[in-house]
Amino acid sequence: MTETRHDVLDAARPMIECQDVQKYYGDYHALRGINLTIREGEFFSLLGPSGCGKTTLLRTIAGFEDISSGAVLIDGNRMEEVPANKRPTNMVFQSYAIFPHLTVAQNVAFGLRRDPRGKDEKARLVDEALAMVGLKGYGARAAHALSGGQRQRVALARALILKPKVLLLDEPLSALDRKMREQMQVELIKLQRQVGITFVLVTHDQEEALVMSDRIAVMFEGEIAQLDGPEALYARPVNRRVADFIGVMNFLPARILSENGEGAKVEIAGLGEVDLPARQISRANADDEVVIVGFRPETMTLIGPGQPHTQPRETGATIDEVVYYGDMTYYDLRLDGSARLDGGARTVRISMRNLFGRDVQDVGTRTRLAWSPGSLVLFR
Amino acid sequence: MAKSGLDAEARQGLTLMAPPFLYALVILAAPLLTILTYSFLKDGYLEVIREFTLDNYLQVWADPIVRKIMLRSLFVSALVTLVTVALAFPIAYYVSFMVRPERKSMWLFLITIPFWTSYLIRVFLWKVILGYNGVINSTLTGLGIIDEPLTFILYNVNSIVLTLAHAYAPFAILPIFVSLEKIDRSLLEAGRDLGESRAMTFWRVTLPLAMPGVIAATLIVFIPTIGDYVTPELIGGGKIPMIANLIQVQMLALDNRPLGSALAVTAMLIVAVVSLIFLFLNRRFLKVRQ
Amino acid sequence: MKAGMFRGSGLRLYALFYLLFLYAPILLLPLFAFNSGTIIAFPLQGFTTDWFGQMWENATLRRALGNSLTIAVSASVLATCFGIFAARASTRFSFPGKGGIMGFIMLPMVLPEIIVAMSLLVVLLGVGIELSILTVIFGHTLICMPYAIAILSTAFSSLDKSLEEAAYDLGETKWSAFRLITLPLVMPGIVSALLISFTISLDEFIIAFFLAGSEPTLPTYIFSQLRFPKQIPMIMALGTVLVALSICLLAIGEYFRRRGNARIGGKETGGFL
Repeated sequence: MTETRHDVLDAARPMIECQDVQKYYGDYHALRGINLTIREGEFFSLLGPSGCGKTTLLRTIAGFEDISSGAVLIDGNRMEEVPANKRPTNMVFQSYAIFPHLTVAQNVAFGLRRDPRGKDEKARLVDEALAMVGLKGYGARAAHALSGGQRQRVALARALILKPKVLLLDEPLSALDRKMREQMQVELIKLQRQVGITFVLVTHDQEEALVMSDRIAVMFEGEIAQLDGPEALYARPVNRRVADFIGVMNFLPARILSENGEGAKVEIAGLGEVDLPARQISRANADDEVVIVGFRPETMTLIGPGQPHTQPRETGATIDEVVYYGDMTYYDLRLDGSARLDGGARTVRISMRNLFGRDVQDVGTRTRLAWSPGSLVLFR
Repeated sequence: MAKSGLDAEARQGLTLMAPPFLYALVILAAPLLTILTYSFLKDGYLEVIREFTLDNYLQVWADPIVRKIMLRSLFVSALVTLVTVALAFPIAYYVSFMVRPERKSMWLFLITIPFWTSYLIRVFLWKVILGYNGVINSTLTGLGIIDEPLTFILYNVNSIVLTLAHAYAPFAILPIFVSLEKIDRSLLEAGRDLGESRAMTFWRVTLPLAMPGVIAATLIVFIPTIGDYVTPELIGGGKIPMIANLIQVQMLALDNRPLGSALAVTAMLIVAVVSLIFLFLNRRFLKVRQ
Repeated sequence: MKAGMFRGSGLRLYALFYLLFLYAPILLLPLFAFNSGTIIAFPLQGFTTDWFGQMWENATLRRALGNSLTIAVSASVLATCFGIFAARASTRFSFPGKGGIMGFIMLPMVLPEIIVAMSLLVVLLGVGIELSILTVIFGHTLICMPYAIAILSTAFSSLDKSLEEAAYDLGETKWSAFRLITLPLVMPGIVSALLISFTISLDEFIIAFFLAGSEPTLPTYIFSQLRFPKQIPMIMALGTVLVALSICLLAIGEYFRRRGNARIGGKETGGFL
């Protein structure tokens, strides 16, 4: 019987532990009590909008920033007194920070300067590292003559040659164009599997985090809002803000009719009365008094006139707007009876794959929406 | 960290800043404060009497000779600034807009080279050029255009202005050039596209955008020229002293340090006031742009 | 289009005249330096190199040159060292009162030199420090410092902060990261700052005139000789040599700047200033 990646990670020991980490810049409270355990061999992402403290957290792990209180442990050792140059972490910087006056090989070998090993041995290590990132034979090139993607690879080789316990990546793909970025995402995953080192990635790009990570911590204003695997994060966001930040989610106002330990009976604008089990109810919405129900655009289906479907529920709607993307079409729909709850008419966005033979519907068409209560999340 | 008042970064920055700051404190601030103090003290014969007085300033403002020299200094440096900036603007414009990009640095190099030669010798050579039997006069008489050498170009304000306009040319050209270079060329096309004539585009788009450079140039030329000592001495033949010469005479030749100090402080005040006016104008221009 | 071309050529003509205006005094220098006539006026007499010989044999001039070189080398090294401190502090760290401190240090740039010279003189005489080339070095370091800081700040601020962090992260100490990464990358800026400070100091007259006591420097020596018509041809020869030297110095500086630029793949940006 083979172990899955999840099994291995679940059994792995903690590599980074943050215990109530607080960071102040003057009066500004940048990190507000971060508690977090990152496991050995994990690909972990810190995701959030700019200014949420994700880079600050990464830099406290690297040792570039002192923490105001709390503790950071790496591989079980407290790091307060350990400066960045003595920590078992290495960093790939957002700008890559390739030393422009050195060659590629000199850049990669930079961290080996204090290493007692011989010259030939070091040269072999450099060649190995360059081969690992797909830059075999580039050693003699001038660093400033490289393209963005190549710089990124040199930065990776330079950090990995020291065999750190943790590799820290600060928005490493943000400077690349879309094609290159998608290619590097896949390569980074492969590289991480190959070397088995713990990767901690900082990104503001939710798609990037979903694609690459084993687990993701979503941060807002110096706090972790949710820490989960990609699927759980996408399907069951803990609050409206996380839901909004990750992917697209439709929100409809709702009213709780009755509630017990098993679940709740709610009336949703445009969708009618629904029974929701407890696992579909999120209570982390303290700042948001209004009860709302959310669902993802791809979880509901447009049904042509008379067309059969297997969903338990259907709702009448009118097409307000059509946005055609080639592989997908987005429809903005006005739901029948959506004004009944509080007087405001609601539109929702539905995405449909443009499968062969499926026609794109026109604006103004009367249509039906097929859906299942299982795709709804209640925020209260 | 928050407790110690200054965080690690601020302490490191201040530590690094300490040597140059202390140096400037000792070599600049202490002397400036000294003359500020002196300017309020009484002059005794060959010594300074420690007694507060405003006489020095009264004298600076009341004495007709001092006032005349002050006004002349202001007038000369204003004229120099006007001439220098007016002569420099077309050059900056030419290099920025007409010269091909790869040749721009060569032009700048050409403009700055004369600046790197001895200031004194440059000033003296203008005397040679403008002199009674200097280059211009001997050429013109040689060609039979004039019979008598021209005298209006030597030992007067004109010659001082011309000499200083030459000496400070690069200081005026470079800031204007920099501000012209920053102008987005598509703005000019937009101006033309919106139906403005070439001249109107220049007047309504280019000139306002170049204004910060012009104001910087004005200040950079004005400040050193008002304190210039060499040119009035050499070109003016000592007959048309400016404020620097006056300060020097009071401080050293007449050994009246309080009065000399009051003159120096007044000169600094004039420079400060003029600078503030221009900085204010600059801010107005920047505000209009936003 | 035609109007534009006309305008362009008109400006071009103006630019050429302006260059003539800029270079007029410098073009005259060698003419009179090699002219055998003792009066600095046209028409020229014959060709001679006597003035250069006279210059070479002049002991006071040699002493002035020695003094000037001592002053310029010391002042430029001091100003550049202070400049490195200030430029690094201002571009890399934020601390309270930064704007005020920087403004104060840059003040000599906008202060008439006569005031710097006079106020320093008053203090030196008051404290009883003897005037010497040392006091000139003090003054010159002060006025060169803002220029050095301006040049070095540009060099430091164009550096990516994470370069040094990367070196530190890769196991270097803060000092060795500075030495291995930052220093080589700002070296062209340091060379420029040294050269410009050196040139400013070498040519500075007012401070040297008032603070050197009885010691001559090149500019004060030139100034003293300009009163004697007999000495002027020799001064012209001296001026010619100085012009030639400063053009060489500038060319060397420009060469190093471009090489430094090419080495790190920087963009070509204007000239020396």
